[in-house]
Amino acid sequence: MSPLLFLLLAALTVASALTVVVHTNPVHSACALVLTLCLLAVFFLGLDAQLVALLQVIVYAGAIVVLFLFVIMLLNLRVEARAMAGTLLVGTAAAGGVALAVLIVTALRRAAPPATANLPAGFGETAALGRQLFTVYLLPFELTSLLLLVAIVGAVALAKKPT
Amino acid sequence: MTPPLAWYLGLSAVLFAIGVLGVLIRRNVIVIFMAIELMLNAVNLSFVALARSTGSMDGQVIVFFVMTVAAAEAAVGLAIILSMFRNRETTNVDELATLRW
Repeated sequence: MSPLLFLLLAALTVASALTVVVHTNPVHSACALVLTLCLLAVFFLGLDAQLVALLQVIVYAGAIVVLFLFVIMLLNLRVEARAMAGTLLVGTAAAGGVALAVLIVTALRRAAPPATANLPAGFGETAALGRQLFTVYLLPFELTSLLLLVAIVGAVALAKKPT
Repeated sequence: MTPPLAWYLGLSAVLFAIGVLGVLIRRNVIVIFMAIELMLNAVNLSFVALARSTGSMDGQVIVFFVMTVAAAEAAVGLAIILSMFRNRETTNVDELATLRW
């Protein structure tokens, strides 16, 4: 990825992320979220993470945001009159957000960058990732299935109409 | 020529700050949820960029786990929002203040 392309995509990503946060219509926020997630997938592709990029589009843009849109539709939300907090809080939060970004960036500038290593063959491909996932990270991977099971049962129990 | 690591980390920091901003200024609980997803994704970008620069796959594996936790969190959170809306007819966090002292 060339630096010019990076800057262009980064500007687009920040703009769509800001749209998620400031738009008063939740449906438009969700659509902007899809755009942000797809742009991040492009960054992942540029960083040799093909499988992660693919999963980003399938799982995030395809499943999670659809779940959001489904709930928005189910609740029949419209453009709200009071979408934002009070002016004082918005001003303070904006100043705090900018300060947080500056803080993280300056902290990162002081940290020594890690030595750039040569990429092993097949970096970011499904085979290499799968091998890592089923050897070193086998226990966390299995625990993940338990987490998802608990989430399914919990979601059904919570969303069910009280009998 | 590829962009340096610091650019990716900077973009990640900006996206994370936008997510924090969204949680602070928005009153709709669904939009607050979307802002949390935005923060999780900003951290994912950091993980992938650092995995690329250190040449180790571990960062990309962690992104899988982050995605799984995000999916579980979204499912349970949206179920909570649904049952909350059924009881209170609102998604505005200012009106959901019964537990606040």
